[in-house]
Amino acid sequence: MNAPVLNQTGKISASFDAEKARGDFEILSRTVYGKPLVYLDSGASAQKPRVVLDAMRDFAQSEYANVHRGVHFLSAAATDRYEAARRTVQKFLNAAREDEIVFTKGGTEAINLVSYSYLAPLIQPGDEIVLTVMEHHSNIVPWHFLRERQGAVLRWVDVRDDGSLDIEALDAAINAKTKLVAVTHMSNVLGTITPLKDIVARAHAKGVPVLADGCQGAVHEPVDVQALDIDFYAITGHKLYGPTGIGALYAKRAHLKAMRPFNGGGEMIREVMKDRITYADAPARFEAGTPPIIETVGLATALDYLSAFDRKAVAAHEYDLLAYAREQVKQFNWLRVIGDAPGKGAILSFEAEGMHAHDLATILDREGVAVRAGHHCAQVLMERFGVASTSRASFALYNTRADVDALIAGLSKARGILT
Amino acid sequence: MTDNALRELYQEVILDHSRHPRHYGALEGASHKAEGYNPLCGDRVTVYLKLGEDNRVADIKFEGKGCAISQASASMMTDMLKGRTAAEAERLMQGFLHLVKGEDASDLPEDDRERLEVMGGISEFPMRVKCATLAWHTYRNAVEEGAT
Repeated sequence: MNAPVLNQTGKISASFDAEKARGDFEILSRTVYGKPLVYLDSGASAQKPRVVLDAMRDFAQSEYANVHRGVHFLSAAATDRYEAARRTVQKFLNAAREDEIVFTKGGTEAINLVSYSYLAPLIQPGDEIVLTVMEHHSNIVPWHFLRERQGAVLRWVDVRDDGSLDIEALDAAINAKTKLVAVTHMSNVLGTITPLKDIVARAHAKGVPVLADGCQGAVHEPVDVQALDIDFYAITGHKLYGPTGIGALYAKRAHLKAMRPFNGGGEMIREVMKDRITYADAPARFEAGTPPIIETVGLATALDYLSAFDRKAVAAHEYDLLAYAREQVKQFNWLRVIGDAPGKGAILSFEAEGMHAHDLATILDREGVAVRAGHHCAQVLMERFGVASTSRASFALYNTRADVDALIAGLSKARGILT
Repeated sequence: MTDNALRELYQEVILDHSRHPRHYGALEGASHKAEGYNPLCGDRVTVYLKLGEDNRVADIKFEGKGCAISQASASMMTDMLKGRTAAEAERLMQGFLHLVKGEDASDLPEDDRERLEVMGGISEFPMRVKCATLAWHTYRNAVEEGAT
Protein backbone atom coordinates (compact mmCIF):
# COMPACT_ATOMS: atom_id res chain seq x y z
CA MET A 1 0.00 0.00 0.00
CA ASN A 2 2.34 2.69 1.20
CA ALA A 3 5.16 0.27 1.71
CA PRO A 4 8.00 2.08 -0.10
CA VAL A 5 7.78 5.10 2.13
CA LEU A 6 7.11 3.22 5.33
CA ASN A 7 10.03 0.87 4.75
CA GLN A 8 12.44 3.74 4.43
CA THR A 9 11.24 5.86 7.28
CA GLY A 10 9.32 3.57 9.55
CA LYS A 11 7.86 6.70 11.07
CA ILE A 12 5.22 8.13 8.79
CA SER A 13 1.80 8.17 10.30
CA ALA A 14 -0.40 5.46 8.88
CA SER A 15 -3.16 8.01 8.52
CA PHE A 16 -1.36 9.88 5.76
CA ASP A 17 -0.03 8.19 2.67
CA ALA A 18 2.23 10.54 0.71
CA GLU A 19 2.76 8.09 -2.14
CA LYS A 20 -0.97 7.87 -2.63
CA ALA A 21 -1.34 11.66 -2.44
CA ARG A 22 1.36 12.01 -5.09
CA GLY A 23 -0.95 10.23 -7.48
CA ASP A 24 -3.38 13.14 -7.20
CA PHE A 25 -0.83 15.46 -8.82
CA GLU A 26 -0.34 14.57 -12.44
CA ILE A 27 2.56 16.96 -12.97
CA LEU A 28 4.69 15.04 -10.47
CA SER A 29 4.96 12.11 -12.87
CA ARG A 30 6.60 14.19 -15.60
CA THR A 31 10.30 14.36 -16.29
CA VAL A 32 12.56 17.37 -16.85
CA TYR A 33 15.75 16.96 -18.89
CA GLY A 34 14.97 13.26 -18.92
CA LYS A 35 15.02 12.99 -15.12
CA PRO A 36 12.01 12.50 -12.83
CA LEU A 37 10.74 15.83 -11.53
CA VAL A 38 11.65 16.46 -7.89
CA TYR A 39 9.56 19.46 -6.95
CA LEU A 40 10.92 21.22 -3.86
CA ASP A 41 9.54 24.68 -4.56
CA SER A 42 6.06 24.44 -3.09
CA GLY A 43 6.86 27.35 -0.80
CA ALA A 44 6.79 29.52 -3.91
CA SER A 45 3.76 27.82 -5.39
CA ALA A 46 2.27 24.39 -4.83
CA GLN A 47 1.17 22.01 -7.56
CA LYS A 48 -2.53 21.44 -8.11
CA PRO A 49 -4.31 18.13 -7.55
CA ARG A 50 -6.53 16.73 -10.27
CA VAL A 51 -9.71 17.44 -8.27
CA VAL A 52 -8.98 21.17 -8.32
CA LEU A 53 -8.36 21.30 -12.05
CA ASP A 54 -11.43 19.12 -12.70
CA ALA A 55 -13.64 21.25 -10.48
CA MET A 56 -12.62 24.43 -12.30
CA ARG A 57 -13.21 22.94 -15.71
CA ASP A 58 -16.51 21.30 -14.70
CA PHE A 59 -17.77 24.54 -13.22
CA ALA A 60 -16.76 26.52 -16.30
CA GLN A 61 -18.43 23.96 -18.54
CA SER A 62 -21.69 23.59 -16.67
CA GLU A 63 -22.45 26.44 -14.26
CA TYR A 64 -20.43 29.46 -15.28
CA ALA A 65 -21.77 33.01 -15.57
CA ASN A 66 -21.02 36.29 -13.84
CA VAL A 67 -21.99 36.44 -10.19
CA HIS A 68 -24.41 38.58 -8.20
CA ARG A 69 -25.86 40.71 -10.96
CA GLY A 70 -27.87 38.31 -13.08
CA VAL A 71 -31.34 36.89 -12.54
CA HIS A 72 -30.83 34.04 -14.95
CA PHE A 73 -30.25 30.43 -14.05
CA LEU A 74 -26.50 30.28 -14.56
CA SER A 75 -25.83 33.52 -12.73
CA ALA A 76 -27.72 32.16 -9.75
CA ALA A 77 -25.80 28.88 -9.93
CA ALA A 78 -22.44 30.64 -10.19
CA THR A 79 -23.32 32.97 -7.33
CA ASP A 80 -24.20 29.96 -5.20
CA ARG A 81 -20.80 28.40 -5.90
CA TYR A 82 -19.00 31.68 -5.24
CA GLU A 83 -20.70 32.21 -1.90
CA ALA A 84 -20.30 28.54 -1.00
CA ALA A 85 -16.56 29.02 -1.57
CA ARG A 86 -16.63 31.88 0.92
CA ARG A 87 -18.16 29.55 3.49
CA THR A 88 -15.46 26.99 2.73
CA VAL A 89 -12.79 29.58 3.51
CA GLN A 90 -14.72 30.60 6.63
CA LYS A 91 -14.71 27.01 7.81
CA PHE A 92 -11.03 26.54 6.87
CA LEU A 93 -10.04 29.47 9.08
CA ASN A 94 -12.85 28.88 11.58
CA ALA A 95 -14.11 32.44 11.22
CA ALA A 96 -17.28 33.26 13.13
CA ARG A 97 -19.09 34.69 10.12
CA GLU A 98 -18.87 34.23 6.38
CA ASP A 99 -18.97 37.98 5.79
CA GLU A 100 -15.63 38.26 7.56
CA ILE A 101 -14.01 36.65 4.50
CA VAL A 102 -13.03 39.01 1.66
CA PHE A 103 -11.82 37.43 -1.56
CA THR A 104 -8.64 39.00 -2.94
CA LYS A 105 -6.34 38.08 -5.74
CA GLY A 106 -3.82 36.71 -3.26
CA GLY A 107 -2.02 37.31 0.00
CA THR A 108 -0.34 40.45 -1.29
CA GLU A 109 -3.62 42.12 -2.15
CA ALA A 110 -5.09 41.05 1.19
CA ILE A 111 -2.32 42.82 3.10
CA ASN A 112 -2.46 45.86 0.83
CA LEU A 113 -6.18 46.03 1.52
CA VAL A 114 -5.53 46.25 5.26
CA SER A 115 -2.83 48.85 4.71
CA TYR A 116 -4.94 51.06 2.48
CA SER A 117 -8.41 50.61 3.90
CA TYR A 118 -7.82 49.98 7.57
CA LEU A 119 -4.52 51.45 8.65
CA ALA A 120 -3.82 54.41 6.34
CA PRO A 121 -6.74 56.49 7.66
CA LEU A 122 -5.55 55.93 11.25
CA ILE A 123 -1.89 56.84 10.77
CA GLN A 124 -0.52 60.12 12.08
CA PRO A 125 3.15 61.00 11.58
CA GLY A 126 5.20 59.13 14.18
CA ASP A 127 2.71 56.30 14.61
CA GLU A 128 4.39 52.92 14.61
CA ILE A 129 3.95 49.59 12.89
CA VAL A 130 5.71 46.62 14.44
CA LEU A 131 7.04 43.95 12.10
CA THR A 132 9.72 41.29 12.17
CA VAL A 133 12.84 41.09 10.04
CA MET A 134 11.64 37.77 8.58
CA GLU A 135 8.63 39.22 6.76
CA HIS A 136 8.10 38.62 3.08
CA HIS A 137 8.16 41.81 1.00
CA SER A 138 4.37 41.55 0.71
CA ASN A 139 4.20 42.19 4.46
CA ILE A 140 6.80 44.98 4.31
CA VAL A 141 6.15 47.11 1.27
CA PRO A 142 2.51 48.02 2.11
CA TRP A 143 3.80 49.41 5.42
CA HIS A 144 6.69 51.20 3.70
CA PHE A 145 3.99 53.02 1.72
CA LEU A 146 2.61 54.37 5.00
CA ARG A 147 6.11 55.34 6.10
CA GLU A 148 6.81 57.18 2.83
CA ARG A 149 3.43 58.82 2.47
CA GLN A 150 2.23 59.41 6.01
CA GLY A 151 5.28 59.40 8.23
CA ALA A 152 4.64 56.06 9.88
CA VAL A 153 7.61 54.52 11.68
CA LEU A 154 8.49 50.88 11.02
CA ARG A 155 9.70 49.20 14.18
CA TRP A 156 11.64 46.04 13.37
CA VAL A 157 11.82 43.06 15.68
CA ASP A 158 14.92 40.92 15.19
CA VAL A 159 15.03 37.14 15.19
CA ARG A 160 17.53 35.06 17.12
CA ASP A 161 20.44 33.44 15.32
CA ASP A 162 18.47 30.20 15.01
CA GLY A 163 15.67 32.15 13.30
CA SER A 164 13.23 31.99 16.20
CA LEU A 165 11.23 35.01 17.22
CA ASP A 166 12.02 36.65 20.53
CA ILE A 167 8.53 37.23 21.87
CA GLU A 168 9.82 39.48 24.66
CA ALA A 169 11.53 41.71 22.08
CA LEU A 170 8.33 41.89 20.11
CA ASP A 171 6.36 42.72 23.23
CA ALA A 172 8.86 45.45 24.11
CA ALA A 173 8.50 46.97 20.64
CA ILE A 174 4.78 47.55 21.13
CA ASN A 175 4.12 50.91 22.72
CA ALA A 176 1.53 53.68 22.91
CA LYS A 177 2.31 54.75 19.34
CA THR A 178 1.88 51.29 17.84
CA LYS A 179 -1.07 51.03 15.49
CA LEU A 180 -0.55 47.50 14.18
CA VAL A 181 1.59 44.41 14.62
CA ALA A 182 2.17 42.75 11.24
CA VAL A 183 3.85 39.38 11.51
CA THR A 184 4.23 36.24 9.47
CA HIS A 185 2.66 33.02 10.70
CA MET A 186 5.50 31.06 9.09
CA SER A 187 8.65 32.46 7.51
CA ASN A 188 9.03 31.59 3.84
CA VAL A 189 12.81 31.45 4.25
CA LEU A 190 13.51 30.20 7.76
CA GLY A 191 10.42 28.08 8.22
CA THR A 192 10.01 29.64 11.67
CA ILE A 193 6.47 29.39 12.99
CA THR A 194 5.52 32.32 15.18
CA PRO A 195 3.51 32.00 18.42
CA LEU A 196 0.51 33.90 17.07
CA LYS A 197 -1.72 33.34 20.05
CA ASP A 198 0.84 34.75 22.42
CA ILE A 199 1.59 37.65 20.06
CA VAL A 200 -2.08 38.55 19.79
CA ALA A 201 -2.58 38.33 23.57
CA ARG A 202 0.36 40.66 24.23
CA ALA A 203 -0.63 43.13 21.51
CA HIS A 204 -4.26 43.18 22.62
CA ALA A 205 -3.16 43.81 26.18
CA LYS A 206 -1.85 47.11 24.84
CA GLY A 207 -4.86 47.70 22.61
CA VAL A 208 -3.02 46.95 19.36
CA PRO A 209 -4.50 44.82 16.57
CA VAL A 210 -2.51 42.07 14.83
CA LEU A 211 -2.27 41.03 11.20
CA ALA A 212 -0.78 37.66 10.29
CA ASP A 213 0.58 36.81 6.87
CA GLY A 214 -0.68 33.25 6.65
CA CYS A 215 0.47 32.49 3.10
CA GLN A 216 2.87 29.81 4.35
CA GLY A 217 1.42 29.10 7.78
CA ALA A 218 -2.08 28.15 6.68
CA VAL A 219 -0.64 25.49 4.39
CA HIS A 220 1.20 23.69 7.13
CA GLU A 221 -1.04 23.93 10.16
CA PRO A 222 -4.74 24.35 10.88
CA VAL A 223 -5.75 27.93 11.62
CA ASP A 224 -8.47 28.98 14.03
CA VAL A 225 -8.85 32.75 13.84
CA GLN A 226 -11.34 32.77 16.71
CA ALA A 227 -9.06 30.85 19.05
CA LEU A 228 -6.20 33.13 18.02
CA ASP A 229 -8.48 36.15 18.47
CA ILE A 230 -6.50 37.63 15.58
CA ASP A 231 -7.67 40.77 13.78
CA PHE A 232 -6.49 40.06 10.22
CA TYR A 233 -5.27 36.87 8.57
CA ALA A 234 -4.20 36.71 4.91
CA ILE A 235 -4.04 33.58 2.76
CA THR A 236 -3.27 32.85 -0.87
CA GLY A 237 -4.79 30.06 -2.94
CA HIS A 238 -1.85 28.94 -5.02
CA LYS A 239 0.27 27.84 -2.07
CA LEU A 240 -2.72 25.89 -0.70
CA TYR A 241 -2.77 23.57 -3.74
CA GLY A 242 -5.30 25.89 -5.38
CA PRO A 243 -5.14 28.17 -8.41
CA THR A 244 -3.32 31.48 -8.79
CA GLY A 245 -5.24 34.74 -8.78
CA ILE A 246 -7.32 34.01 -5.68
CA GLY A 247 -6.70 34.55 -2.00
CA ALA A 248 -8.60 35.84 0.97
CA LEU A 249 -8.45 38.20 3.89
CA TYR A 250 -10.06 37.30 7.17
CA ALA A 251 -10.89 40.43 9.14
CA LYS A 252 -12.94 40.86 12.27
CA ARG A 253 -16.37 42.21 11.51
CA ALA A 254 -15.82 45.37 13.54
CA HIS A 255 -12.72 46.23 11.50
CA LEU A 256 -14.41 45.56 8.17
CA LYS A 257 -17.28 47.85 9.09
CA ALA A 258 -14.87 50.69 9.77
CA MET A 259 -12.71 50.19 6.68
CA ARG A 260 -12.95 52.52 3.71
CA PRO A 261 -13.43 51.03 0.24
CA PHE A 262 -10.36 49.86 -1.67
CA ASN A 263 -10.91 49.47 -5.41
CA GLY A 264 -13.95 51.27 -6.81
CA GLY A 265 -16.24 49.76 -9.41
CA GLY A 266 -19.10 47.36 -9.88
CA GLU A 267 -20.36 45.11 -7.08
CA MET A 268 -19.03 47.26 -4.27
CA ILE A 269 -21.69 49.99 -4.29
CA ARG A 270 -25.19 50.37 -2.97
CA GLU A 271 -26.16 53.44 -4.97
CA VAL A 272 -24.25 55.65 -7.39
CA MET A 273 -25.62 59.12 -8.21
CA LYS A 274 -24.02 62.06 -9.97
CA ASP A 275 -23.09 63.77 -6.73
CA ARG A 276 -23.14 61.10 -4.07
CA ILE A 277 -22.43 57.46 -3.52
CA THR A 278 -23.11 54.82 -0.92
CA TYR A 279 -21.26 51.56 -0.59
CA ALA A 280 -22.23 47.96 -0.15
CA ASP A 281 -21.51 46.24 3.15
CA ALA A 282 -18.43 44.06 3.55
CA PRO A 283 -17.33 41.83 2.03
CA ALA A 284 -18.83 43.12 -1.26
CA ARG A 285 -17.48 46.59 -0.48
CA PHE A 286 -13.98 45.26 -0.97
CA GLU A 287 -14.67 43.07 -4.00
CA ALA A 288 -15.04 45.60 -6.82
CA GLY A 289 -15.32 44.29 -10.34
CA THR A 290 -15.87 40.78 -11.57
CA PRO A 291 -13.97 38.49 -9.23
CA PRO A 292 -11.93 35.45 -10.33
CA ILE A 293 -15.00 33.24 -10.14
CA ILE A 294 -13.57 30.02 -11.55
CA GLU A 295 -10.49 30.35 -9.35
CA THR A 296 -12.73 30.79 -6.31
CA VAL A 297 -14.31 27.43 -7.03
CA GLY A 298 -10.80 26.01 -7.43
CA LEU A 299 -9.72 27.45 -4.09
CA ALA A 300 -12.71 25.94 -2.28
CA THR A 301 -11.96 22.56 -3.84
CA ALA A 302 -8.32 22.80 -2.81
CA LEU A 303 -9.27 23.62 0.78
CA ASP A 304 -11.68 20.67 0.84
CA TYR A 305 -8.92 18.48 -0.58
CA LEU A 306 -6.47 19.54 2.12
CA SER A 307 -9.02 19.37 4.91
CA ALA A 308 -9.95 15.81 3.99
CA PHE A 309 -6.52 14.67 5.21
CA ASP A 310 -5.61 14.27 8.84
CA ARG A 311 -3.73 17.56 8.92
CA LYS A 312 -1.68 16.60 11.95
CA ALA A 313 -0.49 13.55 10.03
CA VAL A 314 0.35 15.71 7.00
CA ALA A 315 2.32 18.08 9.22
CA ALA A 316 4.13 15.10 10.79
CA HIS A 317 5.01 13.83 7.31
CA GLU A 318 6.39 17.20 6.23
CA TYR A 319 8.31 17.50 9.46
CA ASP A 320 9.79 14.06 8.91
CA LEU A 321 11.06 15.18 5.50
CA LEU A 322 12.62 18.27 7.01
CA ALA A 323 14.27 16.32 9.83
CA TYR A 324 15.57 13.75 7.33
CA ALA A 325 16.97 16.46 5.05
CA ARG A 326 18.47 18.28 8.03
CA GLU A 327 20.23 15.09 9.06
CA GLN A 328 21.44 14.30 5.54
CA VAL A 329 23.00 17.72 4.91
CA LYS A 330 25.14 17.32 8.02
CA GLN A 331 27.56 15.32 5.83
CA PHE A 332 28.34 18.54 3.93
CA ASN A 333 30.69 20.65 6.02
CA TRP A 334 30.49 23.33 3.32
CA LEU A 335 26.77 23.83 3.80
CA ARG A 336 25.24 26.20 6.35
CA VAL A 337 21.55 25.86 7.19
CA ILE A 338 19.80 29.15 7.87
CA GLY A 339 16.88 28.78 10.23
CA ASP A 340 16.81 26.12 12.91
CA ALA A 341 14.04 27.38 15.16
CA PRO A 342 12.39 24.75 17.35
CA GLY A 343 9.14 23.48 15.83
CA LYS A 344 9.80 25.13 12.50
CA GLY A 345 7.89 24.23 9.34
CA ALA A 346 9.13 22.20 6.40
CA ILE A 347 11.45 24.68 4.73
CA LEU A 348 15.21 24.20 4.43
CA SER A 349 17.24 27.25 3.46
CA PHE A 350 20.98 27.05 3.16
CA GLU A 351 24.11 28.68 1.95
CA ALA A 352 26.89 26.67 0.32
CA GLU A 353 30.47 27.82 0.68
CA GLY A 354 32.06 28.73 -2.63
CA MET A 355 28.85 28.10 -4.55
CA HIS A 356 26.40 30.81 -5.42
CA ALA A 357 22.76 29.82 -4.96
CA HIS A 358 22.00 30.36 -8.64
CA ASP A 359 24.82 28.16 -9.85
CA LEU A 360 23.66 25.50 -7.42
CA ALA A 361 20.03 25.79 -8.52
CA THR A 362 21.02 25.52 -12.18
CA ILE A 363 22.88 22.27 -11.56
CA LEU A 364 20.09 20.85 -9.38
CA ASP A 365 17.62 21.79 -12.09
CA ARG A 366 19.46 19.64 -14.62
CA GLU A 367 19.04 16.77 -12.17
CA GLY A 368 15.30 17.39 -12.20
CA VAL A 369 15.39 19.00 -8.74
CA ALA A 370 13.46 22.28 -8.54
CA VAL A 371 14.59 24.52 -5.69
CA ARG A 372 14.41 28.26 -5.27
CA ALA A 373 17.50 30.44 -5.19
CA GLY A 374 17.69 34.11 -4.38
CA HIS A 375 16.51 36.49 -1.72
CA HIS A 376 13.01 34.97 -1.56
CA CYS A 377 11.41 38.42 -1.39
CA ALA A 378 12.96 38.80 2.05
CA GLN A 379 15.89 41.16 1.62
CA VAL A 380 15.65 42.46 5.18
CA LEU A 381 16.16 38.91 6.40
CA MET A 382 19.05 38.31 3.97
CA GLU A 383 20.73 41.36 5.46
CA ARG A 384 20.10 40.06 8.96
CA PHE A 385 21.95 36.84 8.16
CA GLY A 386 24.62 38.57 6.07
CA VAL A 387 23.88 36.69 2.85
CA ALA A 388 22.92 37.91 -0.62
CA SER A 389 20.85 34.87 -1.36
CA THR A 390 20.11 31.36 -0.19
CA SER A 391 18.96 28.13 -1.76
CA ARG A 392 15.66 26.87 -0.45
CA ALA A 393 14.00 23.48 -0.55
CA SER A 394 10.40 23.57 0.61
CA PHE A 395 8.42 20.42 1.29
CA ALA A 396 4.76 19.74 0.63
CA LEU A 397 2.42 16.87 1.36
CA TYR A 398 3.34 15.13 -1.91
CA ASN A 399 7.10 15.03 -1.27
CA THR A 400 8.85 11.88 -0.07
CA ARG A 401 12.22 10.88 1.29
CA ALA A 402 13.19 9.91 -2.25
CA ASP A 403 12.91 13.62 -3.15
CA VAL A 404 15.29 14.46 -0.31
CA ASP A 405 17.69 11.78 -1.55
CA ALA A 406 17.65 13.36 -5.03
CA LEU A 407 18.39 16.75 -3.49
CA ILE A 408 21.33 15.36 -1.54
CA ALA A 409 22.74 13.60 -4.61
CA GLY A 410 22.34 16.81 -6.61
CA LEU A 411 24.18 18.81 -3.97
CA SER A 412 27.11 16.40 -4.08
CA LYS A 413 27.21 16.67 -7.84
CA ALA A 414 27.08 20.47 -7.78
CA ARG A 415 29.97 20.48 -5.37
CA GLY A 416 31.95 18.37 -7.80
CA ILE A 417 31.27 20.67 -10.72
CA LEU A 418 31.67 24.02 -9.02
CA THR A 419 34.66 23.48 -6.76
CA MET B 1 23.80 15.31 -22.74
CA THR B 2 22.58 17.18 -19.71
CA ASP B 3 25.92 16.75 -18.04
CA ASN B 4 27.70 17.97 -21.15
CA ALA B 5 25.68 21.17 -21.09
CA LEU B 6 26.60 21.69 -17.44
CA ARG B 7 30.28 20.95 -18.03
CA GLU B 8 30.20 23.33 -20.96
CA LEU B 9 28.64 26.04 -18.79
CA TYR B 10 30.92 25.56 -15.81
CA GLN B 11 34.14 24.85 -17.68
CA GLU B 12 37.48 25.44 -16.06
CA VAL B 13 38.13 28.79 -17.75
CA ILE B 14 34.89 30.21 -16.34
CA LEU B 15 35.40 28.80 -12.86
CA ASP B 16 38.94 30.13 -12.90
CA HIS B 17 37.77 33.62 -13.82
CA SER B 18 35.09 33.54 -11.12
CA ARG B 19 37.54 32.38 -8.45
CA HIS B 20 40.39 34.60 -9.52
CA PRO B 21 38.80 37.59 -11.22
CA ARG B 22 41.13 39.79 -13.29
CA HIS B 23 41.21 43.55 -12.87
CA TYR B 24 39.28 43.30 -9.64
CA GLY B 25 38.86 46.29 -7.35
CA ALA B 26 38.13 49.99 -7.45
CA LEU B 27 39.98 52.08 -10.04
CA GLU B 28 41.70 55.18 -8.71
CA GLY B 29 40.92 58.23 -10.82
CA ALA B 30 38.22 56.54 -12.87
CA SER B 31 36.58 58.87 -15.38
CA HIS B 32 33.44 56.74 -15.60
CA LYS B 33 31.66 54.36 -13.29
CA ALA B 34 28.35 52.46 -13.14
CA GLU B 35 26.69 49.93 -10.90
CA GLY B 36 24.74 47.00 -12.27
CA TYR B 37 22.27 45.02 -10.20
CA ASN B 38 20.11 42.08 -11.03
CA PRO B 39 17.37 42.03 -8.40
CA LEU B 40 16.35 38.51 -9.38
CA CYS B 41 19.67 36.96 -8.39
CA GLY B 42 21.21 39.68 -6.32
CA ASP B 43 24.19 39.81 -8.72
CA ARG B 44 26.09 43.08 -8.35
CA VAL B 45 28.79 44.52 -10.57
CA THR B 46 30.48 47.92 -10.45
CA VAL B 47 32.49 48.83 -13.54
CA TYR B 48 35.19 51.53 -13.36
CA LEU B 49 36.67 53.05 -16.52
CA LYS B 50 39.36 55.44 -17.56
CA LEU B 51 38.36 56.58 -21.01
CA GLY B 52 40.77 58.26 -23.43
CA GLU B 53 40.38 59.58 -26.96
CA ASP B 54 37.41 58.04 -28.89
CA ASN B 55 36.30 56.73 -25.51
CA ARG B 56 39.11 54.21 -25.77
CA VAL B 57 39.26 52.05 -22.65
CA ALA B 58 42.59 53.13 -21.22
CA ASP B 59 41.92 51.23 -18.03
CA ILE B 60 39.11 49.15 -16.60
CA LYS B 61 38.40 47.41 -13.31
CA PHE B 62 35.38 45.90 -11.65
CA GLU B 63 34.05 44.89 -8.28
CA GLY B 64 31.11 42.64 -7.63
CA LYS B 65 29.36 39.78 -5.93
CA GLY B 66 27.21 37.14 -7.47
CA CYS B 67 27.10 33.81 -9.23
CA ALA B 68 30.03 32.27 -11.04
CA ILE B 69 28.64 33.26 -14.42
CA SER B 70 28.19 36.94 -13.62
CA GLN B 71 31.61 37.29 -12.04
CA ALA B 72 33.45 35.30 -14.71
CA SER B 73 31.76 37.30 -17.43
CA ALA B 74 32.78 40.57 -15.77
CA SER B 75 36.35 39.36 -15.40
CA MET B 76 36.62 38.23 -19.03
CA MET B 77 35.04 41.47 -20.18
CA THR B 78 37.66 43.59 -18.44
CA ASP B 79 40.35 41.45 -20.06
CA MET B 80 38.92 42.00 -23.50
CA LEU B 81 37.86 45.63 -23.36
CA LYS B 82 41.16 47.11 -22.33
CA GLY B 83 42.58 49.15 -25.18
CA ARG B 84 39.44 49.15 -27.31
CA THR B 85 37.65 52.20 -28.64
CA ALA B 86 33.98 52.66 -27.83
CA ALA B 87 33.02 51.55 -31.34
CA GLU B 88 35.14 48.39 -31.07
CA ALA B 89 33.74 47.68 -27.64
CA GLU B 90 30.19 48.07 -28.87
CA ARG B 91 30.83 45.60 -31.69
CA LEU B 92 32.34 43.16 -29.22
CA MET B 93 29.34 43.54 -26.93
CA GLN B 94 26.85 42.92 -29.73
CA GLY B 95 28.75 39.83 -30.77
CA PHE B 96 28.81 38.64 -27.17
CA LEU B 97 25.07 39.17 -26.78
CA HIS B 98 24.45 37.12 -29.93
CA LEU B 99 26.75 34.40 -28.68
CA VAL B 100 25.11 33.96 -25.26
CA LYS B 101 21.66 33.90 -26.82
CA GLY B 102 22.76 31.20 -29.23
CA GLU B 103 22.44 33.53 -32.22
CA ASP B 104 24.80 34.03 -35.15
CA ALA B 105 28.00 35.68 -33.87
CA SER B 106 30.00 35.33 -37.06
CA ASP B 107 30.49 39.08 -37.36
CA LEU B 108 32.91 38.89 -34.42
CA PRO B 109 36.57 38.92 -35.42
CA GLU B 110 37.86 35.39 -35.21
CA ASP B 111 40.24 35.77 -32.28
CA ASP B 112 37.55 37.58 -30.24
CA ARG B 113 35.09 34.86 -31.04
CA GLU B 114 37.53 32.20 -29.96
CA ARG B 115 38.09 33.89 -26.62
CA LEU B 116 34.40 34.52 -25.97
CA GLU B 117 33.25 31.10 -27.04
CA VAL B 118 33.76 29.70 -23.55
CA MET B 119 30.65 31.70 -22.59
CA GLY B 120 28.66 30.14 -25.43
CA GLY B 121 27.41 27.34 -23.17
CA ILE B 122 25.12 29.82 -21.43
CA SER B 123 22.81 29.79 -24.47
CA GLU B 124 21.55 26.42 -23.23
CA PHE B 125 20.43 28.12 -20.00
CA PRO B 126 18.10 30.97 -20.94
CA MET B 127 17.35 31.76 -17.26
CA ARG B 128 21.02 32.59 -16.78
CA VAL B 129 21.72 34.79 -19.79
CA LYS B 130 21.14 37.91 -17.71
CA CYS B 131 23.91 36.83 -15.36
CA ALA B 132 26.33 36.80 -18.29
CA THR B 133 25.24 40.11 -19.78
CA LEU B 134 25.10 42.14 -16.55
CA ALA B 135 28.72 43.34 -16.69
CA TRP B 136 28.48 44.32 -20.35
CA HIS B 137 25.33 46.36 -19.85
CA THR B 138 26.98 47.97 -16.85
CA TYR B 139 30.01 48.87 -18.97
CA ARG B 140 27.75 50.53 -21.51
CA ASN B 141 25.91 52.47 -18.77
CA ALA B 142 29.25 53.65 -17.44
CA VAL B 143 30.27 54.97 -20.86
CA GLU B 144 26.93 56.60 -21.61
CA GLU B 145 25.89 57.98 -18.23
CA GLY B 146 28.64 57.31 -15.77
CA ALA B 147 31.02 60.28 -16.09
CA THR B 148 32.35 60.91 -12.60
